Amino acid sequence: MLKRLITSREALLIGAIVLLLVLISTRFPGFVRPANLANVFNDTSPLILLAIGQMIVILTKCIDLSVAANLALTGMVVSMVNVAAPGLPMAVILAVAIGLGALLGMFNGILVWKLQIPPIVVTLGTMTIFRGTIFLLSDGKWVNSHEMSPAFKALPRTDFLSLPVLSWMAIIAVILFTIVMTRTTLGRAFYAAGGNPHAATYAGINVGKTQFWAFTISGALAGLTGYLWVSRFAVAYVDIAGGFELDVVAACVIGGVSIMGGIGTVAGALLGALFLGIIKNALPVVDISPFWQLAISGGAIIIAVALNAQANREKGRIILKRAEHAT
Amino acid sequence: MSTTERLIPDRLRSPMEQKLKSWETLLLLVAIAIFVANSFASPYFLNAWNLSDATFNFTEKAMIAFAMALLIISGEIDLSVASIIALASTAMGAAVQMGVGTPGLVLIGLGVGVLCGAFNGLLVTRMGLPSIVVTIGTMSLFRGISFIVLGDQAFRGYPASFSWFGQGYVWWVISFEFVLFAIIAVIYAVLLHKTNFGRAVYAIGNNATGAMFSGIRVNRVKFILFLLTGLMSGVAAVCLTARLGSTRPSIATGWELEVVTMVVLGGVSILGGSGTIIGVVIAAFVMGLVTFGLGLLNVPGIVMSIVIGALLIGVIALPRLWSMWRAD
Repeated sequence: MLKRLITSREALLIGAIVLLLVLISTRFPGFVRPANLANVFNDTSPLILLAIGQMIVILTKCIDLSVAANLALTGMVVSMVNVAAPGLPMAVILAVAIGLGALLGMFNGILVWKLQIPPIVVTLGTMTIFRGTIFLLSDGKWVNSHEMSPAFKALPRTDFLSLPVLSWMAIIAVILFTIVMTRTTLGRAFYAAGGNPHAATYAGINVGKTQFWAFTISGALAGLTGYLWVSRFAVAYVDIAGGFELDVVAACVIGGVSIMGGIGTVAGALLGALFLGIIKNALPVVDISPFWQLAISGGAIIIAVALNAQANREKGRIILKRAEHAT
Repeated sequence: MSTTERLIPDRLRSPMEQKLKSWETLLLLVAIAIFVANSFASPYFLNAWNLSDATFNFTEKAMIAFAMALLIISGEIDLSVASIIALASTAMGAAVQMGVGTPGLVLIGLGVGVLCGAFNGLLVTRMGLPSIVVTIGTMSLFRGISFIVLGDQAFRGYPASFSWFGQGYVWWVISFEFVLFAIIAVIYAVLLHKTNFGRAVYAIGNNATGAMFSGIRVNRVKFILFLLTGLMSGVAAVCLTARLGSTRPSIATGWELEVVTMVVLGGVSILGGSGTIIGVVIAAFVMGLVTFGLGLLNVPGIVMSIVIGALLIGVIALPRLWSMWRAD
C-alpha cells in the first residue's frame, strides 16, 4: 500500500515539483516565499480549470483542441454583454459564461456522439470556427479595460480568506471534480467508456453519450475560464489564449493522463498544470528568455508521454507477445 | 466503435457508375462550381496572372498534404508539419547569416525536414507512442526552438538566386512551385497506387496486425512515411521561405490544420485505410479557389478560416447525415 503510494504518478510529480522549486530557490530564494507561491497558483488557475476538463475528455478516448478558442469566444461574448449592459449582476455573467461554454462543448459532443466524427477532426474544425466567430462578433476590435464595468473586472481579484476568487474557483473545481470522478456513476462511466468501450457498452453505458458529457464539462470549464481570463487581464480580443490548448494537453499528459483513454486523475491534471505553471513563472526570475517556454512544454510532453508508455507497460506480465512488438 | 451491417449487393456497380458516384467526381464538380461562381463574382478572377498567383495559396500546403495523405491512410498523423517548416526555415536563415549559398540552403532546408520527420518516426515506431501526442509535443518543440533562436527577430538577406524557388516562373504564368507541385503529385500517385509500398500503406491502415502477419514491415513503412512527411515539410519550407524572403518563428502558423483539412477533404479517411492522391489534388484546387475567390471579395483571412473549419467538419458530417436520413 505504502509502496504503491510512493511510486504512484502523483507522488513522482510532487517529487519533481519539489525538486524544481529547490532548484529555482538556489538561483532566486524569493520564489518559494508563500506569497509568491500563492501568486504562481493564482496564475496557473486557468490552466488547472481547463486541464480538469481536458482530462475528462481524454479519459473517454477523445481530445478537445477547441478549449482555448472556446475560452476566447466566451470571454469576448461576456465582455460584450458587460459593455452593453453594465448593470447586469455578476451571477448572470457567470451563468452566461458557463452556459455558453457548455453549449459550445455540446456542439463538439453532438458531432462526436451522433455523427461519430473523430474528435480530433471535430475540435480542429471548431477551433478555427470559434476563433473566426470572435472576429465576426467583434469586427476585430478589442474590448478594453475602460469599457468594462468595475464589478466585472473586480470579481477574480477579490480576496477571500487571503486568496483571490480566481484561485478559489480552481480549488473548488479540483474538489468538485475529484468527488464527481471517484464518487458518482457519471465519473465511473468516464473511466469505463475510455478504458474499454466494448465492455462499457455491455455494462449498459452509452459510450457516445458519455463522451458528449465529457465535452460539455470541458466546454463549461472553458467558458468559466473565459470570463475569468478577460476580467483578470481586463481585455478581450480575437487572439487571447492563442495556442493555450497545447499547454492544456501538455498538463494532462505530464499529469499521467493516458491519451489512449481510461487512465488519469484530477490530482494528476492539477499537478501537471502546476508543473508547467511553475516553469512558466520561474523562467523570467532565473533569467531565461520566455521564448524558451514553448520548446520546454513541447519537450515536457514528449518526455511525459514516453514515461507514461513505460509505466503502463510494466503493469502485469507479458504472457503472449503482442504482434506489434515482434518486429 | 459501432458495428455496422454489411450488405452484400446482388450486382456490383459497373466501373463507370463507380467512377461517376465517387467522392473525387463530386469534389471535381464542387471545384468547377466554385470556379464558375468566382468568375461571375469578380471581374478580376479570369486572368491568367491572377489565377497563377492563386496557385501559391495551395501549392506549398499540397506538397505536404500528399505525404500526409499516405501517413493518414496508414493510420498515423503528423501535426508538427507547420513547426517543421518554421525550424527548417530558421535553420536556412541562420545559414544565410554564415554566408551559405543557395544549394547549401536548399540542402539544409530539406535536411532539417528529414531529421524532424525521423525524430517523429523514431518516437512513434521505436517507442510505440501514439503519433497524435508525439506530434503535438514536437509541434511545440520544433517551433519552440525557432523561438529560442529568433525571439522577436527575423532572418533576412536570402540570396537572389534562392528566391527563384518561391518566385520564379518556368514558362509564362507557370510558376516553379506549380510545376514542382505537379511533379510531386505524380510521384505520390505512382507511389501510392502503383507500387508494393503503396499497397502496404493501405494494408497497414486497414489492419496493422494483419499486414504484419502478411509480411509487411509495419514499423519500417510507418517510419518511411514520417520521413517523407518531414521531407515534404522541408520542401515547403524552401519554397515558402524563398517566396517570403524572410523567416520569423511564427511562419506557417496553423498550416497543420489546413494540410489535414486538405487531406480529409480529398476523401482520405481520417481513421486510415482509404483515400486517393487525385482526391487530394482536387481538394487542393478547391481550397485554393475558395481562398482566392473570398480574397478577391475582400473577405478577411480569419473569416476564411471559418470556411475552412466548416469545410473540414462538413465534408465528413454531410455524407453521414445523408446516410442517416436515408436509413430512416
